[in-house]
Amino acid sequence: MNLVGAGGPAPSAHAAPASASTAVPAIEVLSAEKTYPDGTHALQPVDLHIAEGEFVTLLGPSGCGKSTLLKMVAGLLEPSDGRLLLWRRPVRELEATGRRIAFVFQSPTLMPWASVETNVRLPLDLAGVARDEAEARVADVLALVGLVKFAKALPRTLSGGMQMRVSIARALVVDPQLLLMDEPFGALDEITRSKLDSELLDLWRSKRLTVLFVTHSIHEAVFLSQRVVMMAARPGRVIEQIAVDEPYPRTPGFMVAPQFSRYAKRLQDSLLRASSESELDAPPQQVRA
Amino acid sequence: MSGARASTASSRESVRRLLYPALVAAALLSIWQALVVGFELPPYLVPSPGRVAKTLFADRVALGSALFVTVKVTVFAFAVATVIGVLISFAFVQSRSIETALFPYAVLLQVTPIVAVAPLIIIWIKDPMASMVLCAALVALFPVIANTTLGLRSVDPDLQSYFRLNHATRTQTLVRLRIPSALPYFFGGLRISSGLALIGAVVAEFVAGTGGSGAGLAYQIMQSGFQLNISRMFAALLLISVTGVALFAAMAWLSRAALGSWHASETSHD
Repeated sequence: MNLVGAGGPAPSAHAAPASASTAVPAIEVLSAEKTYPDGTHALQPVDLHIAEGEFVTLLGPSGCGKSTLLKMVAGLLEPSDGRLLLWRRPVRELEATGRRIAFVFQSPTLMPWASVETNVRLPLDLAGVARDEAEARVADVLALVGLVKFAKALPRTLSGGMQMRVSIARALVVDPQLLLMDEPFGALDEITRSKLDSELLDLWRSKRLTVLFVTHSIHEAVFLSQRVVMMAARPGRVIEQIAVDEPYPRTPGFMVAPQFSRYAKRLQDSLLRASSESELDAPPQQVRA
Repeated sequence: MSGARASTASSRESVRRLLYPALVAAALLSIWQALVVGFELPPYLVPSPGRVAKTLFADRVALGSALFVTVKVTVFAFAVATVIGVLISFAFVQSRSIETALFPYAVLLQVTPIVAVAPLIIIWIKDPMASMVLCAALVALFPVIANTTLGLRSVDPDLQSYFRLNHATRTQTLVRLRIPSALPYFFGGLRISSGLALIGAVVAEFVAGTGGSGAGLAYQIMQSGFQLNISRMFAALLLISVTGVALFAAMAWLSRAALGSWHASETSHD
């Protein structure tokens, strides 16, 4: 699986974007770990390969390092050891590949003083995109997430779910290939959350995105993803990866199907097993489903 | 939930906010007047409210020009403190070492009583207007620095990460993120500073003791004290208080005009 040696020079001979027929690795995490100066092991060395177009969730309890891992992929945190590659290039050289990532935070993270459209236009303004073009693209994504009527509204006048849609629109406006989401729907009520989950799947399929999605909800992980990366806390580590081999489109009906419960049970069991092993400094296991 | 009912309620609330203090004022003034008349207190000890009002009208030219001088010193000092305070905060936020090096001196400036420093400033600076403005500005400076610096640092950390992810430059982050985030704190600082500028102006006048055309309300109070013209002291005092209230109201209005639509501190509902 390792196309690039962990210590070797960054761009390999195969660095050019390959045709869609073979699995192009979008994200490669090579023994990346995070230790804080006080000795806390936030994340034990992780190896993770995510192909272009995949939908992968990082699932685990608080303190398992799932947000840390996501922020390292985004380049917001530096690993204390190991490497992270996006399309076979170090994270900070992403621009050279012509690809873009977008990050969606746990809270909507909007500028409270700016209207919805100004908030969505922000990444384009920061990149110096011409005003006319920027406005056209903002109008497009607002239509995509169903917020056209609220273009002039201030964030605080919108519900939590609507604010999250604005946040997603702001991510999509840069036309990203990779979407990184840090428990984006964690603060929303169950009904809004499952609606946004379905909409996210539609977006992922129609725009052929690669999505890395952090959640602490087993049900959300099973419903959304093709693969669940199971993590445990104290110390933060990957314990297992489970493929969810179910076809898309997945409707809310999938959530009451028997195979859904089987996946959920499987994840629940490994989560319980992991938490009983915590504090014993158990070595990370790599088990395929 | 109904918007109409909410707006009626809020207008009733604003009437109440004017009416209740006005009733208290009317009651206190009546008691004051009754006590002075009832006990036949001499006007060189306690003048009645009626006599103060009469003096205010009779001496309107002298008091008016004194008010103008005090307001001028206050407004200049407030403007100087605001501009310099904001510039210092920007410097503090751009570099931790600048802040570490200079912040103790900002505190020193704040804790040294202006009455003790004013005589020096008045000796060093010949022009009485300039020296009074400097004194008052020194008093008003610290809240602007402290609040604006705090505001410029109180940026949502996730939004800051978002700017970083999008390779925002320092200037972009300052203009699009730090300054808007700092505005509520900045206006809070202005409210405190406007009052302090007035206090500083009055203290500086007391120390400078300039008479003639440059005489402000503090000088009027001193003069009236020497002449045992207590009604006039009250009249001058009243004008100082009214100026302070007017400044505070102006700052509150400015803050609401700038932040009203988005900031939680300026919206009562929700």
